Amino acid sequence: MKLPGPLEKLRQKFFGNTITAFGWTSLILLILLSVAPAKNFFADWHRYQRGYERLISKRSDAVTLRRHFEPGIQQIWLPEMGVVDRCSTCHSALKEPTLADVAIQPYRPHPPIPHKLEEFGCVVCHRGQGTATSVEDAHKSTLAWEEPLLPAKYLESSCGQCHQQDLKGTPQLNLGRKTLRAYGCVHCHTVKQPDGTVIAGTDDPPSLAHIADKTTREWVYAWLKDPQAYSTTTTMPNFKLSDEDARDVSAFLISSSTPAALKVVQASLDEAKKVKDDAGLLTKASSLYGESFCASCHAVQNAAGNLVGGNIGPELTKIGSKAKPEWLQSWVRNPHDYDPPTGMPHYRFSDQEVGDLTGFLLAKADADLLANVHLDAPTGEQVAHGRRLVNDYGCASCHVINGVKKPENFAPELTKIGSKPSTQLAFAPGVPHTLYDYIGAKIKQPRAFGTGLKMPQYTFTPVQVDGLVNALLAHNERALTLPVSKTVPAPAASHYEPAGKAGQLMNDLNCFSCHAINGRGGDMAPDLTWEGSSVQRDWLVQFFRNPNTLRPALIRRMPKFNLTDADINTLTDYILAVYQSPKVDRDSMPLAGYPAIQVEQGKQLYYSKYGCQSCHIIDTKLDKGYIGPTLTHVGSRLTAAWIYNWMKDPSSLRPGTQEPKRNMSDDDARALTAFLMSQKGSEKQEAKKR
Amino acid sequence: MKRTACILIVLAAAFSVGCSRSSTSTTSMPKATAYGAAIVESSGGKQTAEVGTPLAQPVVVQVNDEQGSAVTGALVVLRGPNGIYLDPAAGLTDSSGQFTSNISMGTIPGRYQLVASTTTKMSKAVDLKIEEIALGYQETLGSQLNDQYCARCHNQESSAERVSNYDNLEVKPHPFTEGDTLNKMSDADLMAIISHGGPALNKSPLMAPYGYTLSKSEMQALIAYIRMVSDPPYGAPGIVYAQK
Repeated sequence: MKLPGPLEKLRQKFFGNTITAFGWTSLILLILLSVAPAKNFFADWHRYQRGYERLISKRSDAVTLRRHFEPGIQQIWLPEMGVVDRCSTCHSALKEPTLADVAIQPYRPHPPIPHKLEEFGCVVCHRGQGTATSVEDAHKSTLAWEEPLLPAKYLESSCGQCHQQDLKGTPQLNLGRKTLRAYGCVHCHTVKQPDGTVIAGTDDPPSLAHIADKTTREWVYAWLKDPQAYSTTTTMPNFKLSDEDARDVSAFLISSSTPAALKVVQASLDEAKKVKDDAGLLTKASSLYGESFCASCHAVQNAAGNLVGGNIGPELTKIGSKAKPEWLQSWVRNPHDYDPPTGMPHYRFSDQEVGDLTGFLLAKADADLLANVHLDAPTGEQVAHGRRLVNDYGCASCHVINGVKKPENFAPELTKIGSKPSTQLAFAPGVPHTLYDYIGAKIKQPRAFGTGLKMPQYTFTPVQVDGLVNALLAHNERALTLPVSKTVPAPAASHYEPAGKAGQLMNDLNCFSCHAINGRGGDMAPDLTWEGSSVQRDWLVQFFRNPNTLRPALIRRMPKFNLTDADINTLTDYILAVYQSPKVDRDSMPLAGYPAIQVEQGKQLYYSKYGCQSCHIIDTKLDKGYIGPTLTHVGSRLTAAWIYNWMKDPSSLRPGTQEPKRNMSDDDARALTAFLMSQKGSEKQEAKKR
Repeated sequence: MKRTACILIVLAAAFSVGCSRSSTSTTSMPKATAYGAAIVESSGGKQTAEVGTPLAQPVVVQVNDEQGSAVTGALVVLRGPNGIYLDPAAGLTDSSGQFTSNISMGTIPGRYQLVASTTTKMSKAVDLKIEEIALGYQETLGSQLNDQYCARCHNQESSAERVSNYDNLEVKPHPFTEGDTLNKMSDADLMAIISHGGPALNKSPLMAPYGYTLSKSEMQALIAYIRMVSDPPYGAPGIVYAQK
């Protein structure tokens, strides 16, 4: 065999005879064989381990740290969770709190969390590739390894895989879950918790079955075009309808509406008309609005543009541009007539009061809102087109609409969205190719992902978007396949219903909009589950007649419902008989007659040992505490047995109360009870009450 | 022979370029149209946010001239430690002499020192240091507990929704930012006072004991939070400074 020119010369030189050929071949083989150990020697993890040894050698506790350090590939293997994590190969100091001052990775110790590394590994929370041993493969999304590490702002999503209830340490996840329920996402998208329960919405999209009674087609048109122009706080998203589409949808909705059972009282209407344009009467009506504590639930924008009031009911800033007078007076009189399941209480207003409030609300109008809306009478074709659009956009997923069935699974199910491979996603231009960026971008601008998409535009703040991404990432394959020992299910939703006549009254007054009983209801007002053990009958009757606040610094208050004596008796009897704690026997201690010496002893304890005056007021001249309820009348409000048990362990009676448990002796608790029961309020006030 | 060498060199060059991961930063720096003499903080300092999340309020700094009046068009450059996200990191001051940047905290809990700098006419750099705080899991839990149990008395700030009880107290509680006092107390002292109340350290009984209400890990979280927000900073771990 003869090679051309220079190569032949080389062959002669190195492989000319057998011995040199053997020598050179051996050398080449040796070099080839050394590639494997060299690759190992120069591997990322080896370099980091050498770096770690250098780092700890300079520290005062080097000996201990070196004893803890194990060289080589490290691995946490948790077969039941499918975890094979080699992260601690490079992150050598995860369990070394003394290295807390080290700011360079991979040598920072893990910050304190409630879980042990050996029980959960790393990827369960941080994602990434646990088995990888190079920096790139472990942390980023590469060709073979798709799962990137989660950015810090989405870490709380991982808590949500096991914990289905709200946790104190995960505010972002909590916000996201709340937003998911409150903005109606779950009306279109089915989201199942790992135990199979479907997440329900907490918003209450109004029924449109009688929409023509409530408002005009012009308002519906303006609303569809831009809901936030009417109410900045509404959760209704913008469907970006064209003028023609909004015209046709509004035509269909109005034409599909059937009359509701409204009670129209001419006297109220006349009064409303009078009040609406009279500044003096408006001021009077405004104080009725204030006294009725409408603002506890409804917000109104003030002159400075700030929203003032609660967010349980809709914002009322421009209600006069929306509501028809006949509907509004009927609604104020008894909202159940128009919408039986509404959360708004049925106040027992007189016809004149109804008129005053209606006039006051009608005056809250914005002339600009409908100034440019001019709609001609709809043609049959337009109505038919409107119906098609209502079906296409899934309006009936949220709203009751006559003649349109609620669509099943209108939008993709999101039960496993948190583990969807990014190769299966169609990314909008400019969106980084990771799942969390996809979800965030989709929530921020759903229509940027293509033409003809139906998902509407929401008005989320960036914090809400991050929260939602957290909440959705928690719904993944791992969460669904966790071993039972690791799951913490959410407490089952309560469907408690009070019984009998009192139950009817409580639903009519919608007590559950603000108060919780047996796990059902709102959190604006105190939990009443054990109210029957807690309060005295006379006080409760008096409170229903004229609710006065117990806490000096509270702006949300219980409204006066103008109940009849018979209704008050029904409610009081029911509450006292049914809402009793098994731990408190309300008749076990007397309401009065405690020895003066015990009362005095209690007073000493109250002011010196326990410092109760830091939060409560007993002597209105000396005490100033603003946190707990005022105790000037506590002896005529609470039962002695309740006070005694409260002293012993407040959070067992009302979980989450701010009042700390004091581990009080029985004697101290009895003395304090005696002292508090002696606080019956001044004689004068007592006399006035009776 | 020469051609082979040439090809080899070209191949090697192409290979090294193709494989190099170094990316050159392409952010273009705006050109200053005016120069100030001083830079001051308008708002946005000393905020807290969870690691990796944005601060609630943007950081606003103002550039002034020698007379103390605002300068429009001065270049402000913001620098921060690794991991912090500045949007934008540099820009010109607006018509009121202010430069606004939205900040997202990095992934490591601790104090983050930002440096906002502008150059004077004499091309001298003037710096302003701004501190922000990133809360880790423990501190976040602590801050939630603070909201629920402590803030009503220990925080002087009042709102209509949440009236502070601070002014009502005969013996004034220490705000948690009051590093001068709280930094002198050991973790054990704080633990004792939280769990057994003021009298545990011969202090006011107006401070109630929370040892039967909060768990030990919750109290530790509270202490971690108190240490994190203290001003001046608590001398122990977790201080991250701006890179040069």
